[in-house]
Amino acid sequence: MTDTFDKGNAAFIAKRYASERRFKAYGAVALAVSVLFLVYLIVDIGIKAWPSFFEHRVVLEVNLDASKIPADEVLKGDFEGLVRGSLRSLFPRVTTRGDVRSLTSLLSAGAADDLRQDTAANPASIGTTVRAGALLGDDSDLYLKGMLTTTLRMPGTTNLQLAQSGEEFILTGDLSQLAVGQIVRANGGALRITGVEAGLAKAEAILPPATLNSLTPGTWDILSFSRAEADRRIDDRQVVLLEALRDKGVIEKHFAWRFFTSGDSREPELAGLRGAIFGSLLTLIMTLSLSVPLGIAAAVYLEEFAAKNKWTEIIEVNINNLAAVPSIIFGLLGLAVFINFFGLPRSAPLVGGLVLALLVLPTIIIASRAALKAVPPSIKEAALGVGASHQQAVFHHVLPLAVPGILTGTILGVARALGETAPLLMIGMVAFIVDVPKGFTEAATVLPVQIFLWSDLPEIAFQSRTAAAIIVLLVILFGLNAAAIYMRKRFERRW
Amino acid sequence: MTSWTLLIIAALTATGFFVGQAKAQGLRNAGTASLHSLPAYHGLLMASMALAAAGITTLAVAAIAGPNSLVMPAAAALLGTGAIAASYRIITRDFRARNRFEFFVMLVLIACSAVAVLTTVGIVFSVLFESLAFFSEVSPIEFLFGTHWAPTSTPPSFGLIPLLAGTLLITFIAIVVAGPLGLLSAIYMAEYSSRKMRGVLKPMLEILAGVPTVVLGFFAALTVAPLVRNAGESLGLNVASESALAAGLVMGMMIVPLISSLSDDIINAVPQALRDGSYAMGATKSETIKRVVLPAALPGIVSAFMLAISRAIGETMIVVMAAGLAANLTFNPLAAVTTITVQIATLLVGDQEFDSAKTLSAFALGFVLFCFTLVLNYIALRIVQRYREQYD
Repeated sequence: MTDTFDKGNAAFIAKRYASERRFKAYGAVALAVSVLFLVYLIVDIGIKAWPSFFEHRVVLEVNLDASKIPADEVLKGDFEGLVRGSLRSLFPRVTTRGDVRSLTSLLSAGAADDLRQDTAANPASIGTTVRAGALLGDDSDLYLKGMLTTTLRMPGTTNLQLAQSGEEFILTGDLSQLAVGQIVRANGGALRITGVEAGLAKAEAILPPATLNSLTPGTWDILSFSRAEADRRIDDRQVVLLEALRDKGVIEKHFAWRFFTSGDSREPELAGLRGAIFGSLLTLIMTLSLSVPLGIAAAVYLEEFAAKNKWTEIIEVNINNLAAVPSIIFGLLGLAVFINFFGLPRSAPLVGGLVLALLVLPTIIIASRAALKAVPPSIKEAALGVGASHQQAVFHHVLPLAVPGILTGTILGVARALGETAPLLMIGMVAFIVDVPKGFTEAATVLPVQIFLWSDLPEIAFQSRTAAAIIVLLVILFGLNAAAIYMRKRFERRW
Repeated sequence: MTSWTLLIIAALTATGFFVGQAKAQGLRNAGTASLHSLPAYHGLLMASMALAAAGITTLAVAAIAGPNSLVMPAAAALLGTGAIAASYRIITRDFRARNRFEFFVMLVLIACSAVAVLTTVGIVFSVLFESLAFFSEVSPIEFLFGTHWAPTSTPPSFGLIPLLAGTLLITFIAIVVAGPLGLLSAIYMAEYSSRKMRGVLKPMLEILAGVPTVVLGFFAALTVAPLVRNAGESLGLNVASESALAAGLVMGMMIVPLISSLSDDIINAVPQALRDGSYAMGATKSETIKRVVLPAALPGIVSAFMLAISRAIGETMIVVMAAGLAANLTFNPLAAVTTITVQIATLLVGDQEFDSAKTLSAFALGFVLFCFTLVLNYIALRIVQRYREQYD
């Protein structure tokens, strides 16, 4: 050794201490990176998810025309037509076919669903005029959330003269505020500036103005966008209509309960998690009812009764290996054995539960064994001493004391099963399921698979829905983990 | 019919318990000498006889006549009742019901622990049989050494090498990220942090370990991949939008908690006497860690890394969502590569025909994956086991 301690060599000691501090800092940085990654992950997904928990509705006065609603089958009434008609009545000047289509395209395909349900629940309202919230479509919704473009409104502060030549409109006067691509809203219409030349600006009508009156300051305004029309999913005409609705004050923002109470849908604004949550629930019931009894029984046998021989050693090595087998392999097992060989139904919670039960079995066995091992032998010995049989000692005295530990392990197993996706893809739980599964053999999907399916869809709105579904899943998982930690703290017993 | 049969079995089991218990209780009340077993054990034994008889009958009938036949509940009811009647006669004062029942319980316990073995057997056989079917169509040499993977083109080609290269590339990136991070985190937590800090940090890492991989996949595809791409482009590099680097980075973060918690356990298992000896020689803490603790813990740390590699190789969702589909034989981390698990998932999602080489190739890939991870796990677990014995 050359680096022996030398009393006089202060520089050497300083170097060693610097190295010590450096090493400690590396460790702190490594931990910080992991923690920051976790925080960044959750914040990033949270920010993406936040808009999805809200939805926009346009509040309409709808006359529930009795001739459009059959009295005996209220649900079959033409509520779409009523809602659309009511929306059109807000814009008496929107008459051309294209404009009307733009207007109705603002609404969701399920815009009338709420009204339909309300009316069915309260048939007495037929024939009267009710206020109804009509859900807006995903693009309108995203626009109102500011996710498609940032819209700037500037009040018009100059005097302009308006003239029409054929299809084209000409603006003259003080053009200092105008630029190409902007929309001038005046005289009950909206004009898009197509060119600004010396002394005059050309514009085309998005909504034709009612008159050609001159524009004075305060009577007109300008909309300008951070993203050009070609680069966004909503066109200028829809924007003008939406802004008009916003000006009328009929657009309301609500918490999107729909996200939890409706099933999957091809329309992002209608898609919800209900089916997936129930699918997860059924699958978990199946998983738990199999893996918990099996796991505890196996743990009790291996920990308390098994003789140390070749057979138990094989079982032990097996369990440890199974715990590290990739989950997708369990999916292959499920596909080849449960579906192909036994002919169980595809996509069903039954098969999903079976596969996940085998997947979490090692986790539960290992946790249960640790819990059983933690019970001091004196408990068992005392029971044996007063004449209990071996099984009585274990089942009446050791096992009850190990229950908190077993429960903690089980909760962690459940958390793992709840987040597992890959094996369920293999057994076909990727079907498009709108409805809540009615039984263990019906086709179903589960939360993580729903997340996977939505993440594959091209619509931007689904991106946010995916993030929101992830937040729901994470909240459930954190809840489970917190429960496990609480149980560990609450029932932990030092002998 | 299934629910009816289950109901009948449950009813018979309950009946068995009460009948057995009542008879034993009657004997106890009538006589002066005591029973060998408590009445409850007579009841439990009779219940388990009924359950076994009815249950086995049901399974047998279901296997022969299908689960919808009317015979199933009838046969279950008949044999269950028969079992109760038969065992009713053997309940006497001296009947060793508890021992018989405990024997029955032991059988059940052994059967339960055999499920783990059955699962492994099931995995091996299901993967092996389909792989053999695959190898009867495609030669194993072509599969193992082929450098072109295109299962859907005509004619299809099944060369494993590009998939293996992609898997190893992503795994390598993951380990390069997770190895130092995980190990240094473990060292910091085991040697430097206070008890209180440990109480905060450990649950944080556990939370990270508990984040489902589908979530990490979403994050990799939507946040990390664009970040990597933009960073690469600002350096003038051409980065694929599904680069191996993005998937590898996120996968690395996924296995950090695995490495750190395993290493943490192992570092804690190093006897304090070794550290004290080093301190007594005047070594600083970091010198002790680097020259005493880590060498002593090395086998365990190696096995932690092997388990991490096995986890990374078998990880599916992150790569399905963030890595590519095209099999490129490249070691460029900025290019898109595909992995074994991605191919298994894409080949088997949707409708499969079990006689096409395309579907069967997924099982052959599964077989390769299983063997790979099995060997890694087995060696790692053996190392840990031997190492534990050394210091215990």
